[in-house]
Amino acid sequence: MARTFNARVTVTLKNGVLDPQGKAIEGALASLGFDGVGQVRQGKVFDIDLEATSSKAARARLEDMCEKLLANTVIEDYSVEVS
Amino acid sequence: MIAALTKISGNAPTRIWHTETNLPGCDLIVIPGGFSHGDYLRSGAIAARAPVMQAVRQAASKGTRILGVCNGFQTLTESALLPGALMRNAGLTFVCKEVKLEIANADNPFTAGYKKGEVIRCPVAHHDGNYFADPKTLKSLEDNDQVAFRYAEGTNPNGSLNDIAGIFNKAGNVLGMMPHPENLVEPEHSGTDGRRLFEGAMNLLSKEAA
Repeated sequence: MARTFNARVTVTLKNGVLDPQGKAIEGALASLGFDGVGQVRQGKVFDIDLEATSSKAARARLEDMCEKLLANTVIEDYSVEVS
Repeated sequence: MIAALTKISGNAPTRIWHTETNLPGCDLIVIPGGFSHGDYLRSGAIAARAPVMQAVRQAASKGTRILGVCNGFQTLTESALLPGALMRNAGLTFVCKEVKLEIANADNPFTAGYKKGEVIRCPVAHHDGNYFADPKTLKSLEDNDQVAFRYAEGTNPNGSLNDIAGIFNKAGNVLGMMPHPENLVEPEHSGTDGRRLFEGAMNLLSKEAA
């Protein structure tokens, strides 16, 4: 029986890829007086509801979505959580 | 872009909607700049998955010349027809100005109207033009002479690695570039440095120019 799964896909820049937006946010946090902030990296979050027969099947489809669209694997990594 | 192609070739190009699945026979496919699908997700990401891109991919594999400018270049990297990716400009701002381009490879129809090492003027207008590729891809681009244009004389406007402004695919029939050569093709533009690229792409170079 298919049921609806709630998934969260997180896409982040790979290590070593320059993130000018993260750098700008880092600077803004420092200017607001937040001490001790190290590196900031900006990413994206997608909340996706989808029908699937099992959590495993849902995860496989979400990973396929990441490979084909949600992430650009030249510069980005992704992770998938299914509940 | 359409005005430039029409003026230079004497023929109006056929405009193709993104939902088309077939392309008419043609000498040159141009994916122009601008913004596509709001540039949501990543610049060119949605356009690269449009139905028409399947036909563009087939044409590319058959050797049809394909030129992507600005958002067209982003679409070509997103569709993996060209390697690497175009990221947010290192300075974070949209850049709209004139830069200098060095012809890195003139041994291709697109650049045959120029001399290797020649420096030309060209306008840029983009937010995501920062060319990135992993070290292995970058080395193979350089080793295979796939860099077509580099930002010259300290005019790199976006942080692109190796000052890359435009690249060919391995076969040499697909060219992607961030600068806009179509905006410098007639004296009223204050120069015609971009014109020879289109003349080369459409086999219109006069013998003297080549």
